[in-house]
Amino acid sequence: MIRIDSVTKRYPDGTVAVDRLSLEIPDRSITVLVGPSGCGKTTTLRMINRMVEPTEGTILLDGEDIQRQPVTTLRRSMGYVIQNAGLFQHRTIVDNIATVPRMLGWGKQRARERAVELMERVGLDTSLAKRYPYQLSGGQQQRVGVARALAADPPVLLMDEPFSAVDPVVRKGLQEELLRIQGELGKTIVFVTHDIDEAVTLGTMVAVLREGGRLAQYAPPAELLSTPADGFVEDFLGADRGIRRLSFFPAAPLELSTDAVVPADAPAERIAAVGSPYLLVTGPDGRPLGWAERDRLTDGTVDTGRLLPYGRPFVPGADSLRVALDCAVLSPTGWAVAVDADGRVTGVVSQRTIGEAIRAAHSAGRAEDEKVAG
Amino acid sequence: MNVLHFVNAFFSDGAHWQGYDGIPQRFWEHVQYSVLALAVASAIGLPVGLLTGHTGRGGNALALIANAARALPSFGLLVLAVLLIGFGLLPVMIPLVVLAVPPVLVTTYEAVRSVDPAPVDAARGMGMHESRILFHVELPVALPLILSGLRSAAIQIVSTATIAAYVSLGGLGRYIIDGLYQRDYEKVVGGATLVAALALATLALFWAAGRLTVSPGVRRR
Repeated sequence: MIRIDSVTKRYPDGTVAVDRLSLEIPDRSITVLVGPSGCGKTTTLRMINRMVEPTEGTILLDGEDIQRQPVTTLRRSMGYVIQNAGLFQHRTIVDNIATVPRMLGWGKQRARERAVELMERVGLDTSLAKRYPYQLSGGQQQRVGVARALAADPPVLLMDEPFSAVDPVVRKGLQEELLRIQGELGKTIVFVTHDIDEAVTLGTMVAVLREGGRLAQYAPPAELLSTPADGFVEDFLGADRGIRRLSFFPAAPLELSTDAVVPADAPAERIAAVGSPYLLVTGPDGRPLGWAERDRLTDGTVDTGRLLPYGRPFVPGADSLRVALDCAVLSPTGWAVAVDADGRVTGVVSQRTIGEAIRAAHSAGRAEDEKVAG
Repeated sequence: MNVLHFVNAFFSDGAHWQGYDGIPQRFWEHVQYSVLALAVASAIGLPVGLLTGHTGRGGNALALIANAARALPSFGLLVLAVLLIGFGLLPVMIPLVVLAVPPVLVTTYEAVRSVDPAPVDAARGMGMHESRILFHVELPVALPLILSGLRSAAIQIVSTATIAAYVSLGGLGRYIIDGLYQRDYEKVVGGATLVAALALATLALFWAAGRLTVSPGVRRR
């Protein structure tokens, strides 16, 4: 565990970057430091590997003051990933990744083998091993940066806005990859970002810092979204925090209706029995084809050539209420289509039903909070 | 009579190819002076440039000294050195080294200073020692620029080393100075051609050195 104990960083000109900050960073989890620019998040991170020395206070790593070991030994026990990756452009990808093992005295062959193994782990094609950094895209370079930080298998990983410089699509991929790697390796990760969405997506715990380097709130993301500590945190979370919070509620409890789901070749009497104005038509394999309006059917049966698009379906076991709501909002009928892992329709659900599920989830969440508080 | 005629006449004269005043001997002397001057200038300019570039300190003082050194006339310095020290190799080396240190020093400083700070930060953060950062992270990236500083110093040395002949040393300057004195323009043009050829050979040498020592990742090719 990393324990930051009332640490202050004051520069000679009097600027206070971090002000009496205390944080306990749990092992084997991702702790995100987030806040506007000038809030001291990067300074805090850089104090953990002593790239910046605190003016006051101590930082303990597994109970021991980080000042007590040589600075290079400390840094070699912590992976370090920065924005734009900071790769060595004169070295090949495999040699970039092998840097720390080589510094630790590993043989060339063993270090390279380890590097290739890490390329696979971070989702890089090993055919890139002999390439140079300039031949890689920004996202690939950032993966190399992560692989390089992981090369000597350090227990701690410090990441300073690692995904800020890549486009949103690549960033999402990198975030998913990081969560997957973290699931496999269980490192103690300290992650700095200015992007609250990224913080909520990645963080096991999120520390929101405000200007002047003071801690505004330290909480798991769901709690941050449901009960911001003050106006600053609320503003920082943005206007749609209610919607974002739905990411933390599973869609599984939604009551699905199968009444309006009909096969394309259904007889007129089956269709006449449907109570709702829209019918979801499925193909012979059970996959959705589209929506039909009951009142506009000619001769009471479905014409598969004249269907409304069914939009994006959701998977109740895997997706959150946020995804379900999004599907319902985007659907031309206002109903979201639920499918199983193979894409076969399991039912449909209306915006009204999703709204009820949201209210139920909120009141369950409150009861949970009260139980914890009591 | 044109320049090419002089050149042809100079090089086709068998007498110019042998003895203590022959082309191989004078060429070799010139190369020796140049290499020695570049070696001394590098021994001063490279370490100081690398260190100040790495720490980022002393840059202004460096620029000041380098500019002052650039303003010194080589020939005047040579005369002054001979007056103070007497004849010999040392008074010739002084103006050549003074000429070569500024380009080596300033370009090396600038080359290291302009290395992208991100890899340096990453290297430091992963626990690399400062000396290793300088030689394994900054130097390989700064190398093309450092070589260009050495190259321009070398070219200036090669062309200026002709002044050695003024103080009765050898080198290709011998032909130019003796030729002017003897009104033997064939000799003057021949000597100048040889100096130009040596300068071109120096360029080629540095190009080859760049190909061999600069990583393809830095050359981006």
